[in-house]
Amino acid sequence: MRIPIGLAALAASVLAAASQASAFCGFYVAKADAKLFNRSSKVVVARKDRRTVITMASDYEGDPKEFALVVPVPTVVTREQIRITDNHLIDHLDAYTAPRLVEYFDHDLCAYQNRITLAGSSLPASLAAVPADREAALGVKIEAQYTVGEYDIVILSASQSDGLSTWLTEEGYRIPSAAAPVLGSYIKQGMKFFVAKVNLQEKSRLGFQYLRPIQVAYDTHKFMVPIRLGTVNADGPQDMVVLMLTANGRVEATNYRTQRIPTDVDLPVFTRTEFAKVYKALFDTQIKQDGMTAVYLEYAWNMAWCDPCAADPIPNDKLVELGAFWLGNTSTGRSIRSFGPLNVFVTRLHVRYDGKKFPEDLMFQETADTASFQGRYVIRHPYKGPITCPLGEDYQKLLVPRLVQEAQTLARLTGWEPRAIAESMRNAGQPISVDPARP
Amino acid sequence: MAQWSTEPAGALVRSAQAFARNARREQFWRSPLIGFRDPRYWQILSLAVLLAFGLCALGFDQSPVSVAAILCCALMVQWICCKAARLLHYDPLSALISALSLCLLLRAEQLWVLAAASVLAIASKFLIRCNGKHVFNPTNFAIGVMLLSGMAWISPAQWGSRTWLAFLLSGLASLVLSRAKRAGVALAFLATFVGILFARALYLGDPWAIPIKQMQSGALLVFAFFMISDPKTTPNQRGMRIAFGVMVAVLAAYLQYVAYLPQGLMYALFFASPIVPLLDHLCAVPRRYQWSKPTV
Repeated sequence: MRIPIGLAALAASVLAAASQASAFCGFYVAKADAKLFNRSSKVVVARKDRRTVITMASDYEGDPKEFALVVPVPTVVTREQIRITDNHLIDHLDAYTAPRLVEYFDHDLCAYQNRITLAGSSLPASLAAVPADREAALGVKIEAQYTVGEYDIVILSASQSDGLSTWLTEEGYRIPSAAAPVLGSYIKQGMKFFVAKVNLQEKSRLGFQYLRPIQVAYDTHKFMVPIRLGTVNADGPQDMVVLMLTANGRVEATNYRTQRIPTDVDLPVFTRTEFAKVYKALFDTQIKQDGMTAVYLEYAWNMAWCDPCAADPIPNDKLVELGAFWLGNTSTGRSIRSFGPLNVFVTRLHVRYDGKKFPEDLMFQETADTASFQGRYVIRHPYKGPITCPLGEDYQKLLVPRLVQEAQTLARLTGWEPRAIAESMRNAGQPISVDPARP
Repeated sequence: MAQWSTEPAGALVRSAQAFARNARREQFWRSPLIGFRDPRYWQILSLAVLLAFGLCALGFDQSPVSVAAILCCALMVQWICCKAARLLHYDPLSALISALSLCLLLRAEQLWVLAAASVLAIASKFLIRCNGKHVFNPTNFAIGVMLLSGMAWISPAQWGSRTWLAFLLSGLASLVLSRAKRAGVALAFLATFVGILFARALYLGDPWAIPIKQMQSGALLVFAFFMISDPKTTPNQRGMRIAFGVMVAVLAAYLQYVAYLPQGLMYALFFASPIVPLLDHLCAVPRRYQWSKPTV
């Protein structure tokens, strides 16, 4: 029997905990020197053939009027290609794919019972009118201008980076000077710029307390998530979780090493209440070991099933809202099955990056790999009942090295002090001795 | 363009029996003992070390079973084809290089896909021939077919920068040890490709870190040192070889950075290879290059 112990609420906190600072695909700019709160970013990319739907969410907590987003896009996008979606959809997918802690209870060997209980838990896991000739003089062209939901959106093309920087600055965006070469590179690659600000009137009319994610759809050969602009004004490394929805198989980076996060390891029982902390330390240690050069795979699975499920399964119509357009179209009334086998494969990639180690945008490819992978950590509760047979005595003898092994694993993965681990285990009723000769 | 035709089954069996009887006398196994002057030993060693390191330290998505399957299939097919083609000389070295390159580059979920790729690679040497040379580099052919089929993929970024540097030095050493003919096409390709990367960065105003990062692909090195430089699939005339290296580099850069195909390198050689017989026809020279005679 599998019992989810429902730590879904922790998902967001772990993400936040695992991030030191963060940004969007693009970067936030402020009109004044307002402090920006942008700790973590989540991006959902759904892609089949050349059609790409990218949904960008952030935990921006500052004044909405200070919010601004600049993202390079490969083509001019029309009003119909932009949607505003709900945070909870992304949060749901985030919780569903987050690294998870599962727990098992050892049973009484003497009673010959085979009741193994598995507990699964989720974890963690309106722009001012500017005279057109001014734009022409700066080499900037407003390709399109829309108000969608609470956002005012402008699609720009430019012929020179200086002109674009000047235009954005004149429009009240705070552009770091180092951004100009990056903007220039995108301009020469024929990219357009998706610029969004909050329309305060619309926001108060719609009544949302928070900023909702923006979703953009376009056709492109470039399977990429732009990160370069986000590194320009970043204060230290940033974290990003990229959730990929594809029709065939796992997604991996093609210009940075994709590495699997350590998984399927037994951890001491006390980590049950500290899993968010454990995972953050594990991720930090992994980054340190690899010199922050890799993209980490945390989950890869067909959306039709999960084991254990870290959150409730996501209905197919919600997947369509997240961008999985190939399942059907809710607006055309074509029926979509609620649940069940389907051709949506989800890949969760977690990257910590800065401009030095990640100079290039993240490029991806979809592979034919449909093998399931998840960041899964296990706690096993020892049997505590009376021992009434030799088999039970053997079990108790084996328990001691098992606990030591769990402590060593935790120390190796998190870099925590063995003594501190032993102390926590003692407090949790699992006393082990630490060999002082061993680090 | 098969060079040899199928014989009646009985004749093949008789031929095989005669082969087995006379194996020692005809020095069937002699090639591995030719001597370590053969640069292919160096290549096999560097590929094997790299593969072991990749499997143990870099977490390549390749299981030991897959490696065994690819190696066994390649050697077996080479042996069968040698016999069927009535070659007196079984040469496992080139098959081993093809198989190790496949192990390093190709990934698939199902074992049979990798085994099939291995069979395709070696069989293509014997079956797709023109002017006494095989048309495609075996590894490249198998990878091209498998990528087009959508059943397999390559992971071009699964290498750390240190590994890459070690491999670069090893590959260059291998070029020095081998004959100049191999070096020319590989160096022409590398110089052009890397030149394009830096020129692109200069044009876009990108920092040098970007082309340096783009260069650090193990796939690029396997490609340069073991695929495009394959003496059997490069033009015979020296100038043509250089032109071929440059052409493949330009095509690869186009596919990778304009058409955004992450496997641009593999496709570039795959689609350019059939031009080699034409280049040879245009610029005929006496064939000078031979490994140690009857290799395929």
